[in-house]
Amino acid sequence: MIKLEPRGERSSTMAYLSPVLAAVLTMLTGLVVFTLLGVDPVEALITILYVPISDTHGLAELCVKTAPILLCAIGLSVAFKAKIWNIGAEGQLLMGGLFGSYIALQLIEAEGFWVLPLVLIAGALGGMVWSGIAAILKVRFNTNEILTTIMMNYIALNVLLWAVHGPLKDPEGYNFPESALFGESALLPILIDNTRVHFGMALALFAVVAVWVLMSRSFYGFQIKVMGMDAGAARLSGFKEKRLAYFALLLSGGLAGLAGVGEVAGPIGQLIPQISPGYGYAAIIVAFLGRLHPVGILLASLLMALLYMGGEMAQISLGLPLALTGMFQGMLLFYLLACDVLISFRIRLKPKKITPTPPSILASDTQG
Amino acid sequence: MDIDLITNILYAMIRTGTPLLIVALGELVCEKSGVLNLGQEGMMLMGAVIGFIVTLVSGSLLLGFLLAMVAGVLMSLIFGLITMELSANQVATGLALTIFGTGLSAFIGSDFVGKPIDGLDPIFISGLTDLPIIGRMFFGQDLVVYLSFILFGAVYWFINHSRPGLILKAVGENPHAANAIGLPVFKTRYLAIMFGGAMAGLAGGYLSLAYTPLWAENMTAGRGWIALALVVFASWKAERVLLGAWLFGLASILHLVFQGLGFSVSPNLLAILPYLATVVVLVILSSNQTRSRLVAPMSLGNPFYAKG
Repeated sequence: MIKLEPRGERSSTMAYLSPVLAAVLTMLTGLVVFTLLGVDPVEALITILYVPISDTHGLAELCVKTAPILLCAIGLSVAFKAKIWNIGAEGQLLMGGLFGSYIALQLIEAEGFWVLPLVLIAGALGGMVWSGIAAILKVRFNTNEILTTIMMNYIALNVLLWAVHGPLKDPEGYNFPESALFGESALLPILIDNTRVHFGMALALFAVVAVWVLMSRSFYGFQIKVMGMDAGAARLSGFKEKRLAYFALLLSGGLAGLAGVGEVAGPIGQLIPQISPGYGYAAIIVAFLGRLHPVGILLASLLMALLYMGGEMAQISLGLPLALTGMFQGMLLFYLLACDVLISFRIRLKPKKITPTPPSILASDTQG
Repeated sequence: MDIDLITNILYAMIRTGTPLLIVALGELVCEKSGVLNLGQEGMMLMGAVIGFIVTLVSGSLLLGFLLAMVAGVLMSLIFGLITMELSANQVATGLALTIFGTGLSAFIGSDFVGKPIDGLDPIFISGLTDLPIIGRMFFGQDLVVYLSFILFGAVYWFINHSRPGLILKAVGENPHAANAIGLPVFKTRYLAIMFGGAMAGLAGGYLSLAYTPLWAENMTAGRGWIALALVVFASWKAERVLLGAWLFGLASILHLVFQGLGFSVSPNLLAILPYLATVVVLVILSSNQTRSRLVAPMSLGNPFYAKG
C-alpha cells in the first residue's frame, strides 16, 4: 500500500521539482490523449512544443505572446503572496485595452512622443480602476474578492462589447465591431526589425525585475509576504493591512491593464472584441506554476505562450480543436496541485502488516 | 404592461432561474459539509457538453440528462481526490476544475457546435396551466423545472429535518468534533461533493438540452459563479436559495421587460445586469462582518487532516 507520511517541514526541493513533474505528467497524459484520438503522439508533441519555436520567426512570436501573460502573472503573484485571490486579471486586461483604446482614438490625429505614454497610462489606469473596485469592496465592505473579481470579468467583457459595437466603432468600418486603426504615434515601437516583438516585452521584463526587487529587497514586499503568511502577525506588528490590500490589488490590476493596452497598441493596433484568448486566466496558472517567484513566472509564461502557439499549430497541421490549449492548461494546474502534496508529505510504501506467528514449540508448550 | 407580458416574464423568470437553483442547491449541500468547490462552472460545462452529445447520438433526452449528471460527478471526484486525499487548497483546486472543465468541454464539443437537437418540451397540466398569471409560471414548464421544485423540497427537508442532514452540518461546522464522536467526516464530505457535481451536471444538461437546445463553448456564461454567490446571498439557507435563484432569473431576462416597456438599451449593457446584481448583493450581505461569520459553516474551505 502507498501511504503519505508528513515530512515535518516543507521540502524546498519538492517545491521547485513539483512544477517540472506536473509539466512532465501533463505531457505524458498528452501522449495518451493523442493516441486515443488516433494522432501520432510523438508527432503531436513535436508539433505543439517544438515546431512553433523552431525558427526565429517563431521565437519572436513566442515573445509577443509571452508579454501579456507575463505582465498579468507577475502582478497576480504579488496579490497571491498577500493571499488576495485576484481572479480578475482577464477583466482588468480588457479594461486596460478599452481605456487605452479610448485615449488612442481621441488622439488618432495627434503626433509626438507624448501620445504613447498617455495611452499606456490610460491602459494601466483602466486595469487599476477595475481591480480598485474589487479592492474597495474587499477592504471597505469585506466582500469576497474571488466572486467580485470574477463577476467584474464578465462585466468588463460586456462593457468592451458595448464599446466596440457602439461608441468606439469605426464610423467608416462597414459596421464591423472594430475601432478605427490607431495613429502611428499611439503604437508600441517594434524592438526587433522584421518581427512583431514590441516594447511590451521590455515593459514585462522590467515589471519582473521591479516586482523581484519589491518582494525580496523592500520592506513593503516583506509586509505583503507576512500578511499572506499570517494576517494576525501582520496586524500585531502594526502593518497597515488595508493599505497593503489596496496596493496588491492596484498593482496587479495596473499590470494586467498594461498587458491589455499592450495588445491593442501592439500586435492588434485597434480595439476588437477578442483582445485576449484568456491570458488573464492563464496567468493564474502561470503564477502558481512559477511558485509566485519572478524567475519561475518568467519560465512558466514562456511555457504557457508556447502552449497557445502549439494549440494553434495543432489546429492548423493536425486538425485538432483549438480548445486543446485550455484543456492542457487545466490539466497542468491539476497536476501541479496534486504534485504539491510532495512538498509537505513523502510517499512511503507501507509494508504489509507482519503478524508474528508464535513459534510452534511455544504454542505446543502452552497447550500441553 | 398587459397581463400576457407579465405571464411571460414570470414564466421566463422561473425557467431562467432553474439552472441557477439546481446548481446552487448542490453547492449549498457541498458547502454545508465545509467544502468550498469553486469548480461549479467547469462541472456545469462538462454536464452541458456530455448531455448534448449523448442526446444527439442516442436520441434520448433521459440518457443525456443521466450522463450529464455522471459527468458532473466524475469532475467533482477529481476535486474530491485532490482536496481530500492530497489535502490541496480548495480554492486553487476549484479554480483548476473550472479552467479544466472549460477547456475539456470546448475540446470535446468542438465538432458539435451549432448542431440542432429537439429540446425538452413543456408539460402542460390541464386546468392549472390556464390559471391567470401564475399558471404558466408554475404549471407550464418542462420536467426539469418541476424536478427542481422537488429537489428544493428534498434539500430543504434533508438539511433542516433529517438525521443525515444533521451529520452534514456537524461535519461542516467542526469536522474534528464530528470525527471525535465517530461521524464519518470523509464519507460525508465525499458524498456532499458528489451531490454538488451531480447537480452541476444536471444544471449544465438543462442549459444544453432544454433552455437553449444546442452546444456552444462556454455556454454557462458564469452561471456557476453566480450560483456560488447565491449561496452566500442565501446565508446558506435553502429557502433563500430558491428565492435568490428566481430573482437572478428575473435579472437575467430584464431585457424582455425593457423591450416590453418600450425602452431601447444596448443588449451588451443589459447583459451586465445579473453580474452587477451579484456584486451588489454580495456587498450588501458581507458588509456586516459579524453576521456573515455567523451564518457560514464554520469550517468552510478548511481541509481536514485527522486521518490515520
